[in-house]
Amino acid sequence: MSLWKDIKGTILPFWVTLRYLFRRPVTVCYPERKQTPAPRYRGRLVLTRDPDGEERCVACHLCSAACPVDCISMQAAEREDGRRYAAWFRINFSRCIFCGLCTEACPTLALQMTSEYELATRELLQVIYEKDELLIDGCGKNAEYNFYRRAGIGVVAPRGANPGESSPEDVKSNLP
Amino acid sequence: MNDTLLTLILIVIKLGLVLGTVLTLAAYMVLAERKILGRMQMRYGPNRVGWGGMLQPLADLIKLLCKEDLIPQRADRWVFMLAPAISTITALLAFAVIPFGAPLQLFDRSLPMVICDLNIGLLYLFALSSLAVYGVALGGWASHSKYALLGGLRAMAQMISYELAMGLAIVPVVMTARSFSLTAIVEAQQSLPNMLRHPLAFFIFLVAIMAESKRTPFDMPEAENELVAGFHTEYSGMRFGMFFVGEYLNLIVLGSMLTVLFLGGWYGPLLPGICWFLIKVLGVAFFFIWVRGTMPRLRYDQLMAFGWKILVPLGLLNILVTAAWLIWRG
Repeated sequence: MSLWKDIKGTILPFWVTLRYLFRRPVTVCYPERKQTPAPRYRGRLVLTRDPDGEERCVACHLCSAACPVDCISMQAAEREDGRRYAAWFRINFSRCIFCGLCTEACPTLALQMTSEYELATRELLQVIYEKDELLIDGCGKNAEYNFYRRAGIGVVAPRGANPGESSPEDVKSNLP
Repeated sequence: MNDTLLTLILIVIKLGLVLGTVLTLAAYMVLAERKILGRMQMRYGPNRVGWGGMLQPLADLIKLLCKEDLIPQRADRWVFMLAPAISTITALLAFAVIPFGAPLQLFDRSLPMVICDLNIGLLYLFALSSLAVYGVALGGWASHSKYALLGGLRAMAQMISYELAMGLAIVPVVMTARSFSLTAIVEAQQSLPNMLRHPLAFFIFLVAIMAESKRTPFDMPEAENELVAGFHTEYSGMRFGMFFVGEYLNLIVLGSMLTVLFLGGWYGPLLPGICWFLIKVLGVAFFFIWVRGTMPRLRYDQLMAFGWKILVPLGLLNILVTAAWLIWRG
């Protein structure tokens, strides 16, 4: 009975749509009701500080090298005590695709993603974030990690004196 | 006061009222369609402008007026500019013969609730709905774009074939009412609406007007996946808006036609006639929106085959049967 099946297939959908007409919409009305994104949501980028309150970023350029859309740029500088930092750090969020590759590349956990997603603006220059807008006062997702404490070159402690680090090997002693 | 002058003034007042009502109705039909379709898909639909989105038509109007009005370089300028107007005006003109209610008794003179009660009103209506295809076809042709041309061609082919079925469907109605005047047709349905008297004709007419209004499942002229937007691909700003409003005006015209021819016009219990008329027209419009939210688009060959191979023969058969029945009853 193909004809009967056709007729049924034509009539039944009407009942389905009519039923759905009286269901509650599942839409979230955004500006009134904001949802909390998942913890690993890839929102706006921030520069974090280490537990001592110093900048984590050592301006190694790995993030800008990893960035597929080239939206990160910076200039490296060195402090008098030998600690490196970014003289300026700039992220163009109008180009950023929020892929998170820069945070993967960052060896010091300085660059981290937040769950902030409300970046829209009418002024294009406002989405270009400079260092003072990117730098936050906290540690972000990892509160313990301190790059210079582990791998700092004579800045915090002499070689081999950092926690969990053995003293440097005398390479000449194990020659044949 | 001069009697002719008074009649003229009354006609002008009626014209203004009808024009205002119909245009507002068309604008809010767009909103209603978006909201109902949204609800059927578990969304809200427009709810930002005004109270629950009630000012959305106005916002759309402002937006369309402010948009850049583009005319393609090699388009036929005059025809291009004229085409949207044709499709809107033909839809508006059709309201001239549609009776909204029983004649009103006002200061011992009878005031017909129709702008002009033509005794060939039905033919006039059909002539206008055939003219409406010019807007689409000329718009598609004048755009100088392959997509628009194909859309216009499809619209023409579809409208011609379904116009035929539509014409055949109303013949039994005319035969039972013994008149082409729409008022007479409504009055003939006082006891029983034609929907019950001629169910087959009603079905054919319903399908035909759905195809005539170029809406899903018969929206082949604007099938996005193959024709971009069909005949109005090259239109922008208010010219596109005219096509758009024309489509919804057409929806109201066809709803009114269905109401007048098959649903018993203004007749109904309790409420005044004009209310019943409005309820019926809006009901038909809701049904159209419902169909749009439910049915998938037909394939073009299926659409033509359905029109020519099923609806037209059925319509002819229906005429024969009705005629035989009428003769048998005498």
